Amino acid sequence: MNTLDFTIVVFAGSLFAGFLGSLTGLGGGVVIVPLLTVALGVDVHYAIGASLVSVIATSSGSAAAYLKEGFTNMRVGIFLEVATTSGAIVGASVATILPGTAIEVVFGVVLLFSVYLTLSLREPAEAVAPIAGGEGLARRLRLAGSYPTPAGEVTYAPRRVPLGFGIMAGAGVLSGLLGIGSGAVKVLALDQAMRLPFKVSTTTSNFMIGVTAAASAGVYLRRGFIAPGLAMPVMLGVLGGSLIGARLLIGARVRLLRLVFALAILALGIEMIVTGLHL
Amino acid sequence: MSPLPDQERWSDRAVELAMSNVLRLGVALAALLVAAGGVANLVQRWQGATHFGAFPGAVSFTTPRAIVRGARALDPAAIIALGLIVLVLTPVARVVFALLAFAEQRDRLYVIFSLIVLSVLFIGLTGHAL
Repeated sequence: MNTLDFTIVVFAGSLFAGFLGSLTGLGGGVVIVPLLTVALGVDVHYAIGASLVSVIATSSGSAAAYLKEGFTNMRVGIFLEVATTSGAIVGASVATILPGTAIEVVFGVVLLFSVYLTLSLREPAEAVAPIAGGEGLARRLRLAGSYPTPAGEVTYAPRRVPLGFGIMAGAGVLSGLLGIGSGAVKVLALDQAMRLPFKVSTTTSNFMIGVTAAASAGVYLRRGFIAPGLAMPVMLGVLGGSLIGARLLIGARVRLLRLVFALAILALGIEMIVTGLHL
Repeated sequence: MSPLPDQERWSDRAVELAMSNVLRLGVALAALLVAAGGVANLVQRWQGATHFGAFPGAVSFTTPRAIVRGARALDPAAIIALGLIVLVLTPVARVVFALLAFAEQRDRLYVIFSLIVLSVLFIGLTGHAL
C-alpha cells in the first residue's frame, strides 16, 4: 500500500469508528486502536498515539456543545481531573516501557470489560434524595450543583467522593496506557459510585476526557509515538465521524446499535488478546 | 457574548460559555492545520511507502522547537505536528481559563485544584518535574 491508499483506508476506518463511537457513547478510541493494529498491522504504540489525538479532538468538540447546555459540573470535573491526569501520566509512562504485545493483551481485556459494562448498562442509578449542599467531603469541596429540566432547576450533591476519586485515578491510568478516553469507566465513577444524575455524569466525564488525554499526549509526543502521517487521517476521520453521529443521535435505534457495536468490540478484544499472546 | 453585569462576568455560567468558545476555536484551528499539512504531505509523498508496522520508525518532530522550525520551513509533517500541539494545548487552555475564573471568584480551594492539574499537565508535556 502506498501512502495515499493507506491514508484513505485509515481515514475511512476512522470516520466509521468516530460515527459508531459517538452514536453508542463509547468513543472512537476503543475501535480505532484494534482496527489499526489487527487489520492494518500498525505498531500498537503508534496506534495509541493517533487514537489519543482523536480522543482530545472529539471530547473537546462535544464538551463545547455540552457546556452551553449547562449540565457539566465544573467543580466536580476539576477536582477529579487531579486524579485522572496523575493516573494518565503513570499509564503513559508504563506504556512507553511495555512491549507492544503486552499492551495488546491489556487492551483486549479492557475491551471485553467495556463490552460487559455496556451490555449491563442499566437505567441510571436510582435517585437519592439530595441533602442540601451534600455531606462530608462533598460539602467541604462544594461539589453540589444543579441542572436544567423542563420542570426547572434540579439540585443534587455527589456521594462517596473518595471512591469516585479512586476510580477516576484508575480511569486515568487506562487512558494513558491505552490511548482511549475511558469514558465508560468515568461514567461508572460519576453515575454509579458518586450517584450524580446521568446527564451530569456523561457530560462531566466528557469534559474531563480531553484534559486527561492531553496529560498523556505530551508523554507520547516526546517519545515519538505520535506519527503525523498516521495521526492526520485518524484525527480528521474520527472527528468527522463523531460530528455526523451526534447529528443523527436523535431518533437512532441506540439499543440495537449498542448491541451490534458491543459484539464487534468483543471480537476485536479476543483478536487482540490472541495476537498479543501469539496463540 | 452578550454583555453581563460586572459581578456576573465571572459567574460559573459565563465561564462555561467562554470555555465552550475556547474549545471550539482550538479544535477548529487544529483541524485546519492538520488538514492543510496532511494535503501537502499527500501531494508530495503519496507514492511513498508507509512504515508504521515497526517501532520506532521515523518520527522526526518530537520537540516544540523542531516542530516550529519545521512548520516555518513549510514541512508538511511539521505543520501536522503543529496542529496536534494546538490540539493538545486546547484542554490545557481550558484549565487555565478555569484557574482565572476561580481566582476572580476568590475561590482559593479551586484555584489550588486548578494549579495542581496544570502542574501535572506541565510535567506530562515537558517531562520536567516542577
